[in-house]
Amino acid sequence: MTTILLDPTAARAGPARQRVAGHQSLEGLTVGLLDIRKRQGDVVLDHLERLLGERGIRVGRYAKPTFTKPAPSSVIDQVTAECDAVVEGLAD
Amino acid sequence: MSNEIPEDGLVLVVRENCPTCQLIAPVAADLEARGALTTIYSQDNPGFPEGLRVRDDPHLEVSFRLAITIVPTLIRFEDGAETARAIGWSRQEWGNVAALDDLGPGLPDERPGCGSLSEEPGWAEELLARHGEAGLGAETLTVEFPEDPFEIMDARGWSDGLPVVPPTPARVLAMLNECTLAHDHVLGSIPPAGAELTVEKAAINAVMAGCRPAYFPVVLAALDAALDPDFAWQGLLSTTMGAGVAVIVNGPVCRRIGLNSGFNVLGHGTRANATIGRALVLIAMNVGGARPGGVDRSTLGHPGKHGLCFAEDESDPAWQTLAASRGIDGGRSAVTVFGFCGTSIMNDETARTPEDLVASHVRSLEAISQMRSSRRGGGVLLVIAGEFWRIFRDSGWDRTRIEAALHDATAGPGGETPMFGPGDLLVTRAGSHAGLFSTIIQGWGSGPTGSQPVTREVEP
Repeated sequence: MTTILLDPTAARAGPARQRVAGHQSLEGLTVGLLDIRKRQGDVVLDHLERLLGERGIRVGRYAKPTFTKPAPSSVIDQVTAECDAVVEGLAD
Repeated sequence: MSNEIPEDGLVLVVRENCPTCQLIAPVAADLEARGALTTIYSQDNPGFPEGLRVRDDPHLEVSFRLAITIVPTLIRFEDGAETARAIGWSRQEWGNVAALDDLGPGLPDERPGCGSLSEEPGWAEELLARHGEAGLGAETLTVEFPEDPFEIMDARGWSDGLPVVPPTPARVLAMLNECTLAHDHVLGSIPPAGAELTVEKAAINAVMAGCRPAYFPVVLAALDAALDPDFAWQGLLSTTMGAGVAVIVNGPVCRRIGLNSGFNVLGHGTRANATIGRALVLIAMNVGGARPGGVDRSTLGHPGKHGLCFAEDESDPAWQTLAASRGIDGGRSAVTVFGFCGTSIMNDETARTPEDLVASHVRSLEAISQMRSSRRGGGVLLVIAGEFWRIFRDSGWDRTRIEAALHDATAGPGGETPMFGPGDLLVTRAGSHAGLFSTIIQGWGSGPTGSQPVTREVEP
């Protein structure tokens, strides 16, 4: 007895993305701090901004409109264009 | 193979369980006696018509290949090509096909036939899957006995933990027959992974969830609603808070597919209720990749994450339906999706007036509000059952008045944030008509920065 089943999963994998090589040092780089609008995410990111600033590292601040939805492509594009590394404040 | 279709001559397809086939049995005998009839195929009994040389077509492959829709059907072949066909009994048409003008003396001139077994639900899809151009694009997996399809599917992670119905090509085709969209039509990108969902993949998962084909238009409408960016399905699927999708259905489709609005409406016991919401869960898992502990980060989850779908109680014309309150014309079927994090029963056996009920509801709503980190932001779907509704209705209260009273009573008179912003409180009616209850279905996050309810018409 043979049963033929149809595959319920996504037919196509998402596009493969190359992982960017990590940085040995942050000297001369710009670090983006991305607030997803989770409660108190700004507290952590403010602290990080101060610590990075003390080390003379350039910092850019960015924010998603709401943590409940994916970041708009405009935010992603801006972070990608302006930063060499990103710290995202994910949780409460 | 004995069932090869002849290249030349007359072919007759019959089944015993058809009065018209019984009627024309003497004509078949007459044609065979004259040497005019090449082959008779019987769909249900090779001993019919009695005494003739009949070929059996028990698996209906010949009937499918000959595209038989009605029996009896008489076909003439010449050099492998069909040149004439008569459907049912008509002395004139049979005479034309057989090139004989004296057939069936004593019979009525015409008699309609019966449906071919190959056209019956179940058979039609099975035959198309086996022998036809089914047009299915999904990868297939062949399971040979003694392997158990249920275990194979479970091992592959295709299940939500409960057994799933094997998505065979025939079952999927039956589901697809319920919509006019092309199999490869893309319904949208399913979060969290963002993979494209085709109509066919939706049908496969609906089969696995246990949906009957007639439920599929409701599944498609619910998907369309859930894919609206305002609904924030991605957030619901990945949140630590553990959110599910409630599907509330209005309109004639509810009765047509047997969707429960009464006893145990939010519980078990009705196939349509149990499987439509589950289809969305399986799609989110299998296509969107929302697996618990993976991208689904639910800390606790809740039983409603298995899926929740129910019909609104539309039995009282004094009640404006949820769909109507959201802009759907009366008489049309619609779904409304609501992201939720659990349910809470509200019981008040002392209330005798609408004002009493508003006061007791506010106490429960405040209690639920206390559990959240912000007073405002959850949204609520309030399900009012029979006896509570009777108290409201007997005092002339309708949907608008109930909603306004609950808004006002939770508005935060001490300068607090109001509990509900515009559109954050949905009220519906369901449940049996006995019992002083309502159920508060707790939202996940409301307003433009959360998940907003979305309503979509069900395509007829």
